Amino acid sequence: MTQTRRQFVGNGLAIAAAFFGLPHIANAATLEEAIATFTGGSDAASDGITLIAPEIAENGNTVPIEVDAPGAAAIILFAAGNPNPDVCTVNFGPAAGSHMVSTRIRLAGEQEVVAIARMADGSFKQARQNVRVTIGGCGG
Amino acid sequence: MAENVVPRVRVPRDASAGESVSVRTLISHPMESGMRRGSDGNLIPRQIINRFTCAFNGAMVVDVEIQAGVATNPYFQFDAKVDQSGSFEFTWYDDDGSVYTETAEIAVA
Amino acid sequence: MTGKTLLGGVAAAGLAVGVAGIGFADIRTGDSLVINGDLAMITEAPAPEFLQDRVTTIYSGWVFRTDETRAMQADDFDNPAMLYAEQGLTAFETAMGSEGKSCASCHENAESLAGVRASYPKWDAEHGAVQTVEMQIIECQTERMGVAEPYGYDSQAMRNMASLIASVGRGQTINVAIDGPVAETWAFGEEIYYTKYGQLELSCADCHENNYGNLIRADHLSQGQINGFPAYRLKNANVNSVHGRFRGCIRDTRGETFAVGSPEFVALELYVASRGNGLTVEGPSVRN
Repeated sequence: MTQTRRQFVGNGLAIAAAFFGLPHIANAATLEEAIATFTGGSDAASDGITLIAPEIAENGNTVPIEVDAPGAAAIILFAAGNPNPDVCTVNFGPAAGSHMVSTRIRLAGEQEVVAIARMADGSFKQARQNVRVTIGGCGG
Repeated sequence: MAENVVPRVRVPRDASAGESVSVRTLISHPMESGMRRGSDGNLIPRQIINRFTCAFNGAMVVDVEIQAGVATNPYFQFDAKVDQSGSFEFTWYDDDGSVYTETAEIAVA
Repeated sequence: MTGKTLLGGVAAAGLAVGVAGIGFADIRTGDSLVINGDLAMITEAPAPEFLQDRVTTIYSGWVFRTDETRAMQADDFDNPAMLYAEQGLTAFETAMGSEGKSCASCHENAESLAGVRASYPKWDAEHGAVQTVEMQIIECQTERMGVAEPYGYDSQAMRNMASLIASVGRGQTINVAIDGPVAETWAFGEEIYYTKYGQLELSCADCHENNYGNLIRADHLSQGQINGFPAYRLKNANVNSVHGRFRGCIRDTRGETFAVGSPEFVALELYVASRGNGLTVEGPSVRN
């Protein structure tokens, strides 16, 4: 079979897209589905919830994240670009002193971190922040 | 069972009644995601801490469902409201069925 | 090219970097690291005498890290490296070997070793050689405790023990001897430091003396100081040894690396440690 240069390049791009492009699309779908599962499709307001994440994470392996949503019954954290975007769900009990949680998460590259709080009255709030992840100079 | 799994917690020694105190927890655990390949090229099976709970005198403070997106040596910091002296009970649940526990006392005046 | 001839060229280049302050625009110097609210670290200091014509100020690797990574080291609870030091403490108190001794049998407690990290590598008269902390641990195991299979030089158990020994020495000012019986080894280490390795033809100095503060891809190059070792690296979520890091550096030049515990790495460790004379022991630290 003969192949022109253009065809060859085109095929290459298609293969590249298959490798690099589609997973992102898949992730986006997974994220929205995952959010919908948590919220039951309800809208989420963006007030009354604070997400603290670094603008630039030095390494995606250990990224400190803090979420504070006064009055929340539960907070769910998503990393939109991870193979499995679901990170953790924090349920607050009667002995909770606030509705804040701080943890360390994994980010597979630059992506949006999403925090959604389910409030005591059944409404939802959400905060999103993009986090850039440094690609180290040296594997070391 | 993962090796050398050691929980650590830190709560204040004392507090006043009704005060909200900061609780910090850490457990040494590899949090193997199930997505990494070993040197033999095969996937290393997932083994993570999948749930963490903290209760004070039997009342729930937090109950966390954990996925592989939580970093190695899972760390959680949160606040607890203490009305009287008592003890915190911390429990971590491993994929392999192991359960790790730790307690911490606090004196409330 | 020999180490010596390279030295001259590097001296001039180093001075140029120092004067221009290249790359320091987004590195924040002048901050101080205080651990647990009461243990003050020296993260910036005048360079030791022998280095003054090339580098005027020495900086701990802590200075080159982001706020989040810096903060993780400022509290022993937040510092995941302390988990490994704690495992080292358990081993310290556990009898091993045919003599039925633990480290604590001779050393009483880990704190009694507070001065160790700041002075190693150092001359061991009995063996007539420069010894690292790891070599000393192996010596204790084989010669005093009757351990048939001592810790591997870069094993987890060794890194845990080295983390413990560093942790109790934190805050002590590094003061590694460079003259007297160690002079020859030190000079060998210096030669290695300025020798280009690998297909990329990079010496330690190319990155860590001439380009600290500059970006290598999206990462800030440090001065390559080892006062923070063993270092908990976010990338592998474990404590890493000095020699393990050296090996990684040389591998990244696409070179054949020396082995951990080799005479070359022992000499290089002595030399690199001495470039940090004046900083404080920070290990086990947190790095990217």
